[in-house]
Amino acid sequence: MTHNQFSNKILSNNRTINIWDIALLCLIFGAISIVVWNIAQVSAPYHVGDPIKISLSPYYLPGYAIRSTFRLLIGLCCSLLFTFIVGTLAAKNKAAERIIIPAIDIMQSVPPLGFLSLAVVSFVTLFPHSLLGPECASIFTVFTAQVWNITLSFYQSLRSIPHELCEASAIFQLSAWKRFWRLEVPLATPGLLWNIMLSMSASWFFVVASEAITVANQNIMLPGIGSYIALAIDSSNLHAIFYAIAAMFIVILIYDQLLFRPILTWAEKFKFSDSDDDIPNRSWLFKLLQRTKFFKYLLSNTRRFFTSLLNILFISSPPILPSKLTYALPQRFHRPIRTIGYCLLFASLLLFAWRLFLFLNHASHLSEIRHIFYLGLLTAARVISLIILSTIVWLPIGVWIGMRPKWVAWVQPSTQFLAAFPANLLFPLVTILISRYQLNQEIWTSPLMILGTQWYIFFNVIAGVRYLPKDLYQTTALFQVKRWLWWRRLLLPAIAPYLITGAMAASGGAWNASIIAESVSWGGTRLQVTGLGAYISEFAHRGDFTKLMIGLCVMCVYVLVINWLIWQPLYRWVARFAGQLR
Amino acid sequence: MIETPKPLIKVQHIKKSFKKRYNQDLLVLDDVNFDLKQNEIVALLGKSGSGKSTILRIIAGLIKPTTGQVLYNDQPIIKPVQGMSMVFQHFGLLPWLTVLQNVELGLEAQHVPRQERRDRALATIDMVGLDGFESAYPKELSGGMCQRVGFARALVVNSEILLMDEPFSALDVLTSENLRNDLMDLWQQQKTLLKSMLIVTHNIEEAALLADRLLIFSANPGYVRAEMHIDLPHPRQTQSPKFIEIVDNIYTLMTRPEKVQRTFHISQRLRTQSIGYRLPNVEVSMLSGFLETMHSPEYEQRIDLPDLAEALHLDVDNLFPVTGALEILQFAKVSQGDIELTKIGKQFIKADILAKKKIFAKQLISHVPLISHIYNTLQQRSGHRIGKDTIVRQLKNYLSEEASNEVFRIAIDWGRYAEVFAYDANTEMLSFEDP
Repeated sequence: MTHNQFSNKILSNNRTINIWDIALLCLIFGAISIVVWNIAQVSAPYHVGDPIKISLSPYYLPGYAIRSTFRLLIGLCCSLLFTFIVGTLAAKNKAAERIIIPAIDIMQSVPPLGFLSLAVVSFVTLFPHSLLGPECASIFTVFTAQVWNITLSFYQSLRSIPHELCEASAIFQLSAWKRFWRLEVPLATPGLLWNIMLSMSASWFFVVASEAITVANQNIMLPGIGSYIALAIDSSNLHAIFYAIAAMFIVILIYDQLLFRPILTWAEKFKFSDSDDDIPNRSWLFKLLQRTKFFKYLLSNTRRFFTSLLNILFISSPPILPSKLTYALPQRFHRPIRTIGYCLLFASLLLFAWRLFLFLNHASHLSEIRHIFYLGLLTAARVISLIILSTIVWLPIGVWIGMRPKWVAWVQPSTQFLAAFPANLLFPLVTILISRYQLNQEIWTSPLMILGTQWYIFFNVIAGVRYLPKDLYQTTALFQVKRWLWWRRLLLPAIAPYLITGAMAASGGAWNASIIAESVSWGGTRLQVTGLGAYISEFAHRGDFTKLMIGLCVMCVYVLVINWLIWQPLYRWVARFAGQLR
Repeated sequence: MIETPKPLIKVQHIKKSFKKRYNQDLLVLDDVNFDLKQNEIVALLGKSGSGKSTILRIIAGLIKPTTGQVLYNDQPIIKPVQGMSMVFQHFGLLPWLTVLQNVELGLEAQHVPRQERRDRALATIDMVGLDGFESAYPKELSGGMCQRVGFARALVVNSEILLMDEPFSALDVLTSENLRNDLMDLWQQQKTLLKSMLIVTHNIEEAALLADRLLIFSANPGYVRAEMHIDLPHPRQTQSPKFIEIVDNIYTLMTRPEKVQRTFHISQRLRTQSIGYRLPNVEVSMLSGFLETMHSPEYEQRIDLPDLAEALHLDVDNLFPVTGALEILQFAKVSQGDIELTKIGKQFIKADILAKKKIFAKQLISHVPLISHIYNTLQQRSGHRIGKDTIVRQLKNYLSEEASNEVFRIAIDWGRYAEVFAYDANTEMLSFEDP
């Protein structure tokens, strides 16, 4: 499984930059700036009703944990729904594909946390006088943290359906609806689950971060683990912090054992090929359930229900959606429609670009923007040095473990578990250390950024080592290729693509985390760091949306440019060796 | 057998071309005509890339022809219809469905009620000999068993016509023989509603074993080059003299030079002179191995191709590219199902490694236009270097992108062996000197 999914991911990131990316960048920023503009106009003080009381008593924790988990799950459901609609559209319609895929590439690099404050404001205006607004904003943040990844994976699965299966489903005249559920979704399931697993860390991170936020100097606290932690930080209650960490640990353990592992085990059957290299997912719960009569009964009924759902006549009888939407229209309309489409796109592009220009021109001076870019440079330096640092740490460990299959069998699930743990729960502990020992906050807060995303590097190194052909080990052993020569000639070239993919993911995550990691606090002390993350979080607090917006855009540009100029060329260069290897 | 069978399927003037970016379209099928009558098994025999799978998919309604039409019971086919089903080379089973669910799939699409669906599926599963495997997943089954599921799935929908796309080629020899016999039993005992079967294959013996009528496809572009009736009763014995004669005849038909009848094929012949000639995909070691076998004392001057193919375990897809390449390089001559070494060919065999390379280089430069083109260009250029992309771009004027890359790869392979030029995969540059 891992191999496929990684290479899928690799493919998606390996797009070269083209004019569409630039155009879409303008389009998206422009759209956002319009939204912000309007919000700023309407942004009369909003009421969130009475402040909700959060208690630091550990007895309330289970309740909070449940509420946080629900937010996460709702976000996940929304992501899946979005994925099924947008991913399918992108895979089946050429015109849609041309817009959706680069758009997702850009959206992936937009920090979800940055949008949180914007989302809160818009949702609060949408549902005034109720908690629904902040709730939606929190869910929306979780959604943006994971949806892009999942949608891309689904799209790629749809694009790579084996030819014969497509033909078989056409020969036996499956309707589009049935084809979707019988062929496309099952085929995409392993990829979807793998990507959900990868995004879990980000999802928990953003659930926690989005529950307690300060927007425009107003505290909004949703009942949940995140608010509990925030309150604990405010009142410097170390005990409460440990309670929260313990609770989170238990929640993730339950989530992992009761929900995710059983589903992974169940999804084994959707895997296309059964290579010996894969470690099968095992779940005690699933085994238990499989052997329980009641569950068997439930399962067979669900299956029956599902089958009859598929066979509902009015949806499934005539193919309601032709498999290629464009063919729904007579051939002679294609060209005019395409022309009109491009004209509209071009016109809106101009409009958005103009608005963006106006916005930037109005909102700030050149010196301000220059300053923000300088801040971005600082954060970029942090991110890159941390990536290098964690590679130095995790590369040998990952290689050592990857070469020992027995270790992999238990290290992999446990790191998956650890990776899901939201790193921001640990931030206060580091903050305490820094303030106690009077450490330089500019340097020592930076490891916080990588805390949650270093696992990507570790995962990928292990995967890379595991997929290295065994006979190559034996050959190098035979010729007594050792130490540095062994690394240089065998290992590094072989796992480099995996390593780069991991580092790419880790760096994206680190940029995201910088918004929180660069402005941590403990009780009264606030460690303010000079950096783009700190800048964004500061203006989110103050409610200065224009500055926030510019900060976000700059961060986005940094992430994209680093992707285009460093990661992608590096990946292409490195993939050459590996390509010859396989 | 009924004496005057009425055509079930009429394939009329089918042309299919695939769009290419700059130049003219790539013609895959050129004016294909044939009928499929009741109670007959027709085999389409051709080399790979001859478009035989494409015509099968056009008949199935999976691909639209560029011009021409396929009539089924006098109705034109524009999409897959009931009454026709297909068996795939790699089975095309959904791995997440059990054997039973896979077989039921087609019935489900036809909205057959649950109980009937189950009954019919179970009956068909019994019929193909999969009894007891109903709840197994395809992963648990061997290739032969999987293909049985493929057959059951195609038969359960009560189809009249069974289209088969190299159904036995992914299986080992014994398994495929076993499955073929079972299929013929079903057909002869009329246990199914099948009225006709069309099988695409590149295995000459298989075609001779199954078919009542044989259509030989030529490649680039594909068209029906020859037709042959086989009146042997089933089951056929591969060792019987009659059968051996038939196989011999097929070889003769397949190696006979194409008649220059139609204008198109004149230009087709001319293509051999241009750089866009589609080089057969053969490794040099294969060529020299083949030549050495031909030279071994057990063979006479003229060697029967079927014998040689059997001795070397080569099927159509492997044999004809080799003979084609040997002919281009003028190492051997093929006529009427026989092959013969030329003078150069004999010289080549007797030479040592370095001399072999020299002979090969000479033949390449004088008989393979692409290689002489690369050679000349390299000589003319001041730095004696040329990029892969330049050559591939030139090839694309004649061939599809995929084919261009393949031809380039083959040319590199041959040219490197003969040391006509060197190639650096990192820089993708051709030059005269190896580092």
